[in-house]
Amino acid sequence: MSTMTDPPKPGFRLSQLIYDTRYRSLTIQTVALILIVSGLAWLVSNTVANLEALGKDFNFGFLSNSAGYDINQKPIEYSSQDTHARAAIVGILNTLIIALLGCVTATVLGVLAGVLRLSKNWIVSGLMAVYVEGFRNVPLLLWIILVFAIMSESMPQPREFRGDAPTASMAVFDSVAVTNRGIYIPSIEFTRSLSGNEAVASQEGLAPVATGWQDWALIIGVIIVSIYVIRLIRRRADRIQEATGVRPVTWWLQIGVFVVPLAIVAVLLGATIVQPYLKGFNFTEGVHLRNSLIALWLALSLYTGAFIAEIVRAGILAISKGQSEAAYALGLRPNRTMNLVILPQAMRVIIPPLISQFLNLTKNSSLAIAVGYMDVRATLGGITINQTGRELEGMLLLGGFYLLVSLLISSAMNFYNRSTQLMER
Amino acid sequence: MKKTAFLGALTVAGLTAGAASAATLDDVKARGNLICGVSTGLVGFATPDANGVWEGFDVDMCRAVAAAIFGDPMAVEFVPLTTQTRFTALSAGEIDLLSRNTTWTFSRDVDLKNDFVGVNYYDGQGFLVPKALGVSSAKDLDGATVCIQTGTTTELNLADFFRINNISYEPVPIETNAEGQQQYLAGACDTYTTDASGLAATRASFENPGDHILLPEIISKEPLGPLVRHGDNDWADVVRWTLNALITAEELGVTSANVEELAAAAGDNPEVNRLLGTEGELGAMLSLEPDWAKNAIMAGGNYGELFEKNIGENTPIGLARGLNAQWTEGGLLYSPPFR
Repeated sequence: MSTMTDPPKPGFRLSQLIYDTRYRSLTIQTVALILIVSGLAWLVSNTVANLEALGKDFNFGFLSNSAGYDINQKPIEYSSQDTHARAAIVGILNTLIIALLGCVTATVLGVLAGVLRLSKNWIVSGLMAVYVEGFRNVPLLLWIILVFAIMSESMPQPREFRGDAPTASMAVFDSVAVTNRGIYIPSIEFTRSLSGNEAVASQEGLAPVATGWQDWALIIGVIIVSIYVIRLIRRRADRIQEATGVRPVTWWLQIGVFVVPLAIVAVLLGATIVQPYLKGFNFTEGVHLRNSLIALWLALSLYTGAFIAEIVRAGILAISKGQSEAAYALGLRPNRTMNLVILPQAMRVIIPPLISQFLNLTKNSSLAIAVGYMDVRATLGGITINQTGRELEGMLLLGGFYLLVSLLISSAMNFYNRSTQLMER
Repeated sequence: MKKTAFLGALTVAGLTAGAASAATLDDVKARGNLICGVSTGLVGFATPDANGVWEGFDVDMCRAVAAAIFGDPMAVEFVPLTTQTRFTALSAGEIDLLSRNTTWTFSRDVDLKNDFVGVNYYDGQGFLVPKALGVSSAKDLDGATVCIQTGTTTELNLADFFRINNISYEPVPIETNAEGQQQYLAGACDTYTTDASGLAATRASFENPGDHILLPEIISKEPLGPLVRHGDNDWADVVRWTLNALITAEELGVTSANVEELAAAAGDNPEVNRLLGTEGELGAMLSLEPDWAKNAIMAGGNYGELFEKNIGENTPIGLARGLNAQWTEGGLLYSPPFR
């Protein structure tokens, strides 16, 4: 027999904060919190004291002042009379443009190179190995400057296109001009634009054209609806296949659903192709892809593509060989095996590191400084800061912008990641 | 400096820890050399020679200040700065003095918290074009591609000029003069614009300078001068009066050749005596040696000598004195009296 007695309750001693596991973690966290808060407080007070010593204040009023400088690549209307805030927005849009172009191209390049590097043809896999190792192991800045230098030093000047016996000529049916100031490609404009902008003839004897975001919104809307309808058609085909075992032929329907509405809208808007032509010092009309854009786009895509190729290769190699053998045993051809069996499973391995490559590319776009591409670092973080002397405010805004964009990209990719994850029950 | 190691990039302004309020002259004397911000390379104004020794008109300003303080024109450490980094470097205390063909403007003086100590070159913005372009006036440049250094007053003048004249242009932003030169020579831009003196200096370094012309229009006022941080008046005085000493020396006929002789004993002209420290205590008022101005003049010569040596008509740059002649000869150089 034994009697249960409560163990004596010792009083709380100070040493328990360190030696008692119940309290130790709390102690450590409290100390860490105090250190971090006092560190931050020191930074803030140091900044305040130094601003005071310099006689500078902290305000964002400069954003509503007139910027005074011009920007060459303007996705939205902008003139030197507009505010610094608008200049910053132009820069933000330019950053987003290069980030989007870069991410798409790098993904396409990376997936291609990653799959081809696993090819059994040693020439193909060898070439891809050279590409990956070459781009991965040379700093990005060098690639940007290299492309820029090639564009500006070895391409013909616009004036070489002039005269009776020009030394340079336009490519692709006289519609694309490759010059040392960038590449001019034809643009699509509308004779019956919805924008209400005044229609202007690009060249004498041609129909007057105008364009606005409304036109493009309509076209993109039509494309989205078409894609949705195509998905419905495919799902119906899936259902019929599951019920009867025979898949109805739908490719002509799919093409029709995509092309016909688009063609109707294009005709209604009076879409025409406007070609660039030489006028005065430069080519005019069409779309001007500046050297800085091309250098940055190409170098960022090739560089990041090399990393993505390795991620894709790793993802594919992570799928056990049994999967492809099983697919072959079922009679699937190699390309269908890759598309239907291997890649969907590899995506789960590929997407998380792919997110960080997209983030890298977006942040690396700030290397635009090397070639004078007018991104947000060049407008808000460069000229605006320099003209107004608001380094602290400008840099905080700039840091905040990159943080926001990175968080948006990673949350979007995480959303996609969840949709491709294994459905666990 | 240990403090700043912790700061990181977050507190750009925090980097100034203590430097802004301290007495710069004492810091410079204690350090034993002057840290001077100059251009990243502009022939005639600031460029390293074959041996890596900096030389040029702006560089000689730094050497004169160093000579006034230490008696040694070589006691200078040069920091090449781009147009974008120059003001931050000055306000962060990385340099003591910025002598980098910088235009004196209201907002730079008042809002950016700098002190311009004077003007050492009266300039204006011009356009450089290849002769082959067949352009004779800046107003013919409608639709042209223009190379322009970012973060400069010229960038703002350019926007104003084209807007007022209702003509369009395509700016190609560049970071340094070397980059602008490369882009211009490759024909990636039709014209290069900056201060006319800078264009003349850039053209002088071309292989065939004769193939390029400066357009007649000068579209702005660009008074260029050395500047220091706001709030340290004693230090600003040292730099301001070193510049004035060089200008006064030319006016009074004191040159690097005769300054030794004139400073040996008090002469007939009381202002020369006060300038060279043989009379009065002007040096002590600046907390410098009595022969500070003598040393500054001996470093490279008076203002006129520096001009002729670096950018004058007998150099490849070949700039005329023009507005930069003494007031007695129809120019704008006018130093307050040494009294």
